[in-house]
Amino acid sequence: MPDTRLAEQFVDLRQQHDVAELGIWVFLATEVLFFGGLILAYCVYRSIQPAGFAEAAHHTKIVIGAANTAILMTSSFLVAWAVTITKLGEARFAGLLLWAAALLGLVFIGLKGLEYTLEYREHLLPGLGFDYPGQHAIAAHLFFSFYLVATGLHAVHVAIGIAVLAVIGRRARQAAYSGACHAPMTVAGLYWHFVDLVWVFLFALIYLPGRSG
Amino acid sequence: MTETRRPPLILVVAWLGLLALLSLTIFVAYLPFGLANTVVAIVIATIKGAMIAAIFMELRQSHGLTLAFAGAGFFWLGIMLWLAMADYVTRPNFPPL
Amino acid sequence: MNSRVFHPKSYLREGFTLRSWLTTRDHKRIALLYMISITAFFFLGGAAATLIRIELATPAGDFVTDETYSKLFTLHGVVMVWFFLIPSIPATLGNFIVPLMIGARDLAFPRLNLASWYLFMLGGVVTLYAVFVGGIDTGWTFYTPFSTMYSNSHVVLAVTGVFIAGFSSILTGLNFIVSIHRMRAPGLTWYRLPLFLWSLYATSVILVLATPVLAITLLLVALDRFAEIGIFDPSRGGDPILFQHLFWFYSHPAVYIMVLPGMGVVSELVACFSRKEVFGYHFVAWSAIAIAGVGFFVWGHHMFVSGQSPFAGLVFSFMSFIVAVPSAIKVFNWTATLHKGWISYDAPMLYALGFIGLFTIGGLTGLFLACLAYDVYVTDTYFVVAHFHYIMVGGTVTAYFGGLHYWWPKITGRMYPEYWARGAAILIFFGFNMTFFPQFILGIEGMPRRYHVYPPEFQVWHVLSSAGASILAIAYALPLFYLTWSLFFGKRAPDNPWRTTGLEWQTPSPPPKHNFERTPVVKRKPYDFTVKGKARAQNA
Repeated sequence: MPDTRLAEQFVDLRQQHDVAELGIWVFLATEVLFFGGLILAYCVYRSIQPAGFAEAAHHTKIVIGAANTAILMTSSFLVAWAVTITKLGEARFAGLLLWAAALLGLVFIGLKGLEYTLEYREHLLPGLGFDYPGQHAIAAHLFFSFYLVATGLHAVHVAIGIAVLAVIGRRARQAAYSGACHAPMTVAGLYWHFVDLVWVFLFALIYLPGRSG
Repeated sequence: MTETRRPPLILVVAWLGLLALLSLTIFVAYLPFGLANTVVAIVIATIKGAMIAAIFMELRQSHGLTLAFAGAGFFWLGIMLWLAMADYVTRPNFPPL
Repeated sequence: MNSRVFHPKSYLREGFTLRSWLTTRDHKRIALLYMISITAFFFLGGAAATLIRIELATPAGDFVTDETYSKLFTLHGVVMVWFFLIPSIPATLGNFIVPLMIGARDLAFPRLNLASWYLFMLGGVVTLYAVFVGGIDTGWTFYTPFSTMYSNSHVVLAVTGVFIAGFSSILTGLNFIVSIHRMRAPGLTWYRLPLFLWSLYATSVILVLATPVLAITLLLVALDRFAEIGIFDPSRGGDPILFQHLFWFYSHPAVYIMVLPGMGVVSELVACFSRKEVFGYHFVAWSAIAIAGVGFFVWGHHMFVSGQSPFAGLVFSFMSFIVAVPSAIKVFNWTATLHKGWISYDAPMLYALGFIGLFTIGGLTGLFLACLAYDVYVTDTYFVVAHFHYIMVGGTVTAYFGGLHYWWPKITGRMYPEYWARGAAILIFFGFNMTFFPQFILGIEGMPRRYHVYPPEFQVWHVLSSAGASILAIAYALPLFYLTWSLFFGKRAPDNPWRTTGLEWQTPSPPPKHNFERTPVVKRKPYDFTVKGKARAQNA
């Protein structure tokens, strides 16, 4: 059941695809600036209290963080694969890949939850019984505030992405997409890759400082 | 796997490359390079990000307008970071002791 | 030229149920939904202004308490900025006219367009609820740490409402950018676009890139207040000035969101009512882009006395001088357009001329403020209040009314009563100047903003201002009456009542649902009045 409904404001399917692609890139630009505000806060506070941030970052769970990064990058690979083969007519198989990517996304969320639980027990989460010994308590509070807000917001985006991938995956399984008409898949894919991209930067800012101390 | 179902080689290479860079960045983080640690981490993250953008997000195949839109967000973020940090780094009691 | 055998059904007649309006995807109907909403918000913000001006007529704080006064000016600011000015021209005139001007059947994403209106309404309802349960007293700028730590008002609710409304802005901007890039009619190259579209495009770039920063900033304020994460709290290592950097990174470009569409409208009006093409079309077009771009480099001029480093202050001051240049270029080009034009003084033209004068005063006083040393003297005084009201009200609101009258025949299919409209325009001009010019004097004399108790020597200026405000209130109410009257009793409008160029005039008034019977093919540049008085349509 091919989805070839051309929306009435468009001249042809190509315009419809072009417009969708341009639209999602504009949206992703807004997301860069949305997370960007947090990045500014991070840069400001890290430049003011570099030692404190480094020490606080040391308490993050790099094993979970690294695993999550690998998981997200792999899911991105699956999505890119899916989009490419859909253009060659393999929408049904692509649907399976999208579902696999969504599943990896769920694993990401699960590990994130585990991580938050461990940090909660260690009194590292601001507003949730934060208790940090030593002279860098204030810097650590700022660091973990950034950590919580940034990874929390990111997780919300991952959750949305999982839902989108699941839905698009299902439509792909119903062969709704083809070489000529696959705009929703392109859009969903770009969104998911962006979520991965943001995480790559967050990983570098959160998990890596202070490891060589 | 049938021909049309195979993942394109470039995607596989990119994926493996990303995993390799992930390992590298973690490895380097444990080496005592001081300030250079931060620089290396950001550089590697940027390379990984560029690979995701160029290969997974197909920017390498896109025309000027898409590239401009893709870059716009980062460029404007750059303006915000640059000018705001200019305030902080030129304040009298910066960098802190 | 009004001869057509086949009368297509106008978009107004495509369904008469409330449901057909609330589930519409037609950009024209969505524009009207916005128009009704923002009109309601305008009068709400105006009501707050009325109470403020009543209080300020006397030096003592005898009309309202300190806290109530704070809540009044906060309400006025929040409602006027986010629920009137920012959506005004883009979401009403823009939504209606952009597809018509580019020769398209609708915008790129009609459902997102409707979603943007619903988000706007949701944000509005949440904000109104915050007002209803007690209001907020932080000022529309929500400065920390007062807003995050000390205010006893409904800050979280209010910032949530604005946060939601911000997404409405982003969707509108996204829609315009993609539509202008990809849905222009054949033959409509960039340099054949009417200047209204160049301005809206520039506005959309700002909408899309600046608003997300407001979103994250307000989110952080809410979290700081709600969960005490301490990001702006000095006792927890936070920096209140970081809030100001984040807030003004959005809010300065936001003022260009507010004024650029007005400039776009003025370009259209000046060309039409001088029956001349806009002088220096390319300069006017690119100056809109320049304003949008450079406008992102100047936000620190709101922070000269905040504790920002003097070096940063210097950079921001310099850039603020630079950003005035493209605005000045526009004013000069409009003036040159008027020169030796065949001028008619219809109501839209009166508004356009008013804009040019008032915006120039507002813009020049902006240069005073860009000058760091002078700003230190007048910051947080009524000088600043007067400056931004000259631009926002003398500029944007005037241009909005001008555009509203200009496109009223196209939108409603009716002509408004011309003499009432001219009278209202003139009354607005006088009422406006009487309200706000004394405020420049007050500012130089030292009257602080956001104060309702003041030394008696300032009273004469305040009384003048309040008297002006009462005239302005009547003047703004007039269009509400005669425009509504015109809906039922106004003369029916022809396709092109102003006999001007532009694709929007090449289709019936009001247009059919799909705008054009056949996609127009554009053959020439805009504002082609080569034979004086005779307009050549872009697709003729």
